[in-house]
Amino acid sequence: MNSLKIENLQASIEDKAILHGLSLEIPKGEVHAIMGPNGSGKSTLAKVLSGHPSYKVDGGSATLDEENILGLEPDEISRLGLFLAFQYPMEVPGVTIANFIRAARNARLPEGEKVKAVDFYKELYEHMDDLGMDRKFTARSLNDGFSGGEKKRCEILQMSMLSPKYCILDETDSGLDIDALRVVSEGVNRMRNPDRGILVITHYQRLLEYIVPDYVHVMSEGKIVRTGGKELALELEERGYDWIKQEAVA
Amino acid sequence: MISPSQVEVDRDKGNFHYDTDYSFDAGIGLSEDVIRYISEVKEEDPWVLDFRLKALKTFEKKPMPTHWATEDLKNINFDVIRYYLAKGQKPSRTWDEVPDDVKNTFERLGIPEQERKFLAGVEAQFDSEAAYSRMNEELEKEGVIFVGSTEGLKEHPEIFRKWFGKVIPTSDNKFSALNSAVFSGGSFIYIPPGVKLAQPLQAYFRINAENFGQFERTLIIADEGSEVMYMEGCTAPKFETSTLHSAVVELVALKGAKIQYVTVQNWSNNVFNLVTKRALAEEEAEVRWIDCNIGSRLTMKYPGVILRGRKARGEVVSIALANDGQHQDTGAKMVHAADETSSNVVSKSISIGEGRSSYRGLVQMPGHLKGCKNNTECDALLINNNSQTDTYPAITVQGDANSVQHEASVSKVSAEQIFYMQQRGLGEAEAMSLCVNGFVNDLIREFPMEYSVELKRLIDLEMEGSVG
Repeated sequence: MNSLKIENLQASIEDKAILHGLSLEIPKGEVHAIMGPNGSGKSTLAKVLSGHPSYKVDGGSATLDEENILGLEPDEISRLGLFLAFQYPMEVPGVTIANFIRAARNARLPEGEKVKAVDFYKELYEHMDDLGMDRKFTARSLNDGFSGGEKKRCEILQMSMLSPKYCILDETDSGLDIDALRVVSEGVNRMRNPDRGILVITHYQRLLEYIVPDYVHVMSEGKIVRTGGKELALELEERGYDWIKQEAVA
Repeated sequence: MISPSQVEVDRDKGNFHYDTDYSFDAGIGLSEDVIRYISEVKEEDPWVLDFRLKALKTFEKKPMPTHWATEDLKNINFDVIRYYLAKGQKPSRTWDEVPDDVKNTFERLGIPEQERKFLAGVEAQFDSEAAYSRMNEELEKEGVIFVGSTEGLKEHPEIFRKWFGKVIPTSDNKFSALNSAVFSGGSFIYIPPGVKLAQPLQAYFRINAENFGQFERTLIIADEGSEVMYMEGCTAPKFETSTLHSAVVELVALKGAKIQYVTVQNWSNNVFNLVTKRALAEEEAEVRWIDCNIGSRLTMKYPGVILRGRKARGEVVSIALANDGQHQDTGAKMVHAADETSSNVVSKSISIGEGRSSYRGLVQMPGHLKGCKNNTECDALLINNNSQTDTYPAITVQGDANSVQHEASVSKVSAEQIFYMQQRGLGEAEAMSLCVNGFVNDLIREFPMEYSVELKRLIDLEMEGSVG
């Protein structure tokens, strides 16, 4: 089946177990949201699925369209079609946005082939216009000295240009004012289609007013403890996370 | 995680050598006899022999500068080096006349091809002497002189003797003294007043023999209002034993002249590269040293400009890349000696694996001068956890009518940066290369196009095996 499928995933960092048997399936065409209190393991899940070298997988499985991704290099997972929009995008001085995205696109082509510059820039400018980014940004160093909002727009720009099969957005709303939140959300909504699965990780319900999910999962202590429709997010906003934790224990 | 290089970096372009018969060989070790032999083979005037013999005395008297420089200098054994090796023929004017083994060497390094494409003149030195030397005939008619040091001193003493050894005196340091005693090869260039060369002149220095010391001597005089760009490249094969390269380069930019001196060195890891480079800039003259140091076991090189005329400008732009087992000890010297002189130093170094890069800068501005400016930026990038960098700026500014600015930074390519780039689909090594290229990108643009392409390729090669 075409989905990002996670079964009984267990993972740790520096011998500290964070994920305790997490299961979740995101079929293509759906948008899922994971909410949960700080320290519940939301960002860890994003990093483990992306192959971050600091985390160790202790058990379970994760597949992308039935292909295993655990234990692969981060770039291999990326080229299989998983994109992670970072909570804190890294700054890379001296490497321009345009050159970086072009290198990433070239990495997806057979050895020796390269994207055509004219076509590439046309596409890049279209996406930048959609995201309200000044075209001069192409020549700026990747995330170097960007504001929080600029960084997040740049993440969505990369996501649009790489057209991944599955996207994970890790706390994309953090550090955004309301205008930036709207632009970024619109960018994500434009990418919703039947051939793409999207996982939105967020602490607040606010983002989900803009990116309306098909399902909401609640994560606590390294597991999914409850799943519901978009109304679950509102309930969490009203009642907080404690009642779910208590139910989970009971 | 990023770990130090386990792999011997491949810079194979220069790693080959041909067995060659030398007609003239000064033997092993350094003595007065060796110097008399070199001078005799070159049929030099007595004043040149005197100059050499005095320099030998100075060399013997001067201690190794290990009170400030690395102890590794003590590992140079002057007694096992061969100081002069030559085939004994005059530099050819066509590649057809160059002996096959020498010609093949330069063919493999791509020199004749570059000459056809974009150079106004070429000199190719094989061990001690130039094997090939030719210049655009138009330039020759305009009075441009581009010859080897032997020919320069013999045929044009009225031009070259005046400045020879004046910018860098024999006693400047131990290695300038050594060069002054045994120098051979290098370029002597004179650009007449007002002549502006549209295309660069190039010299290529090739070490072929083992245990050999290369001591070229270069003197460029740009007469009033003239302009020239000179480029030099260097390689040597990888031998088991160490090789010494110790050049002296003197530049003289007369009133309003412009000299750009571009170096791309790609020495193998057994070369001690100890070079003295200095320029004299007269009124409104401009000298730029554009320097890239890749390879060698130890490089010590601090190109300098003595700003002697009003409004003279000096600049050093340098990139150094130190890999495992290498120490790039480089920098710049700016000596302000007239009003309204300005200097700019931009230095970037990259240390990979256990490589070490050091920056040494010297800026002098005496108090009686007015309106002088210096700007120095030195940035270091560390790739691995055990990579090393250090900075030794020495700035002497007196008076209150001058301004100096010094900025230094050290950064490290972080595992999180690499993860971020990998998450977009780039392999680890490619991500690392992109970071490094990003770091030096603004400086690479200062090199002529043909060199900047080669430079990027060399940097990529150096990065291979630095991760994993």
